[in-house]
Amino acid sequence: MAALLEVRELRTEFRTGAGLVRAVDGISYTVEPGETVAIVGESGSGKSVSALSILRLVPDPPGRITGGTIRFAGRDLLRLSENEMRQVRGGEIGMVFQEPMTSLNPVLTIGRQITETLEQHRAMDRASAQRRAIELLSLVGIADPERRLRQYPHMLSGGMRQRVMIAIALACEPKLIIADEPTTALDVTIQAQILELMKDLTRRLGVALVVITHNLGVVARYANRVNVMYAGRIVESGSAAAVYRTPQHPYTMALLRSVPRLDRPRRSRLDPIEGQPPDLTRLDRGCSFRPRCRFADEGCAAARPALETAGERDHLAACFRRGALLGAEAAE
Amino acid sequence: MYRYIVNRLLLAVPTLVGAAALVFLLMRLIPGDICLVRLSGGGSVDADALAACHADLGMDRSVLLQFLSFLGGFATFDFGTSMWSGKPVSYEILTRLPISLEIAVLATVVAIAIAIPLGTLSALRQNTWTDFVIRTVAIAGIATPSFWLGIIALIIVLDVTSAVSGTPWMPPIDYVPLWQDPVRNLSMAILPALTVGYRYSAVTMRMTRSAMLEVLREDYIRTARAKGLVHRLIINRHALKNALLPVVTLIGIEFAFLIGGLVVTEQVFNLNGIGRLFVQAVQNQDYTLTQALVMLVVAVFVLTNLVVDILYAWLDPRIRYA
Repeated sequence: MAALLEVRELRTEFRTGAGLVRAVDGISYTVEPGETVAIVGESGSGKSVSALSILRLVPDPPGRITGGTIRFAGRDLLRLSENEMRQVRGGEIGMVFQEPMTSLNPVLTIGRQITETLEQHRAMDRASAQRRAIELLSLVGIADPERRLRQYPHMLSGGMRQRVMIAIALACEPKLIIADEPTTALDVTIQAQILELMKDLTRRLGVALVVITHNLGVVARYANRVNVMYAGRIVESGSAAAVYRTPQHPYTMALLRSVPRLDRPRRSRLDPIEGQPPDLTRLDRGCSFRPRCRFADEGCAAARPALETAGERDHLAACFRRGALLGAEAAE
Repeated sequence: MYRYIVNRLLLAVPTLVGAAALVFLLMRLIPGDICLVRLSGGGSVDADALAACHADLGMDRSVLLQFLSFLGGFATFDFGTSMWSGKPVSYEILTRLPISLEIAVLATVVAIAIAIPLGTLSALRQNTWTDFVIRTVAIAGIATPSFWLGIIALIIVLDVTSAVSGTPWMPPIDYVPLWQDPVRNLSMAILPALTVGYRYSAVTMRMTRSAMLEVLREDYIRTARAKGLVHRLIINRHALKNALLPVVTLIGIEFAFLIGGLVVTEQVFNLNGIGRLFVQAVQNQDYTLTQALVMLVVAVFVLTNLVVDILYAWLDPRIRYA
């Protein structure tokens, strides 16, 4: 089966006062139809920019996609005209953003914000768009949809607004939804509801999902595959199970170790990743994780490691010191 | 909504009383009075004549009594007679109000028609050639005094018409309402309205541009783009409605100012408007007329603010349902 989305060597740069920032520096990954793929990383790792790049929504200036291909359902999105791209946005790919509080327009009713997508892409008339909107709101679990339709965003809670965002993303029956930190701004209890909803709907409707997150718990529960990003590159990629069981990159290992866990003794200390993510204007030619890596040696400064098969098939990692890593893992 | 409007109008009463007290006191702080102005033609003033004049105008009563009768008059819509002309204050004002009102309305229309499209365009083409041209036009509008622009406009019109037809074109001197003779009316009002409207549009344009730039960075604009909406819809439906909020406030303030504030422009175009009446009334120390004019301007401000607030509620549901 052909991949639904195939990102190859995508590069997105920002021209800033401090210099050129390679926010996304040649990343590649694929998403199969109906599959959930997670992109994990710290703030500033380029994960959100990589998501915006797919829909070509990176603000230009200062941002610009400088290379690569994004094949979606057989077409290279980077070669489409602005007009064709507009039909993809909202029509074939839906997007859910991080901030439900500010991502809905405060002066338009919920109904208007759902129906306008349908009118735009499906040439629906007001009445049938209205009916579909009611259907969508019930689908995302909003009670009393007729009443909600006439309300404004400020009358809804954060969780409700995120449900509305999901309804908008699903409106035109897209094949893919990109969710950029969909739960970060929500209460923990609501987070789980929203994630369950997204998991359930994508499974039921056969929609593929790219979920951008810094939350490894989200990945473990909901993703089929994981791409770990660091400083604009993918440093490890594989099935969620494999990456959890046998992480092949020191950054992934450190990430996993820094998550509080209930199944460990309460006294045992958390193990945060020391140091800061690197300044992307000042990357040298070595491995960008090297300054924070306890396995780094001289070899890591000489060149940047490429993604290579590590362990199982389809499990890739970009690290020169994988041997040392595995030794350390075994010793623990 | 009705309740809200009634509430707001009731709240305006203390504002009006406060303004009345202030103008009443300030007028009386100016040295001299209208009787001195009237009688001092020869230099010395006859004491008996002065007393008679004071008695005639009711200025021999105590200040408090004068104030109360002023307030009482207003409460019953009896604004008194002008101390200078002896005609009713309402007559003096009503003969001047139409032209001032018309110029204020026309200038506002001109300003909105220019400022909102150009301000929006300027924001959309930020830091391009188009933006620089529009911004230059706006800055020039703010920097150019209306009276100077008015004089230049008049000179150009006179020169062009006299070159074309041999005799220079003269705007009509007395005011005719728009519905009686639109051509005559507009030929009187259009030049001042354009001159004032240009400066007005310049301020509004800058506000529109900056509000628009701010709104365009909002997350919901990104959402609208991610929905694949056409550009026109993103701007008109999503951005403009949000960006208009501060612009509406500005237009309200400017409009209220135009009613009494066009002193110099009225002079340049030889218009018999409220601004000129104001200056005359103050110079003559015509207490009743000045007080009434100040109250008129205060009332215009209060009403404009109310209209602005209603527009706000219409534009922004967060205010409507608060």
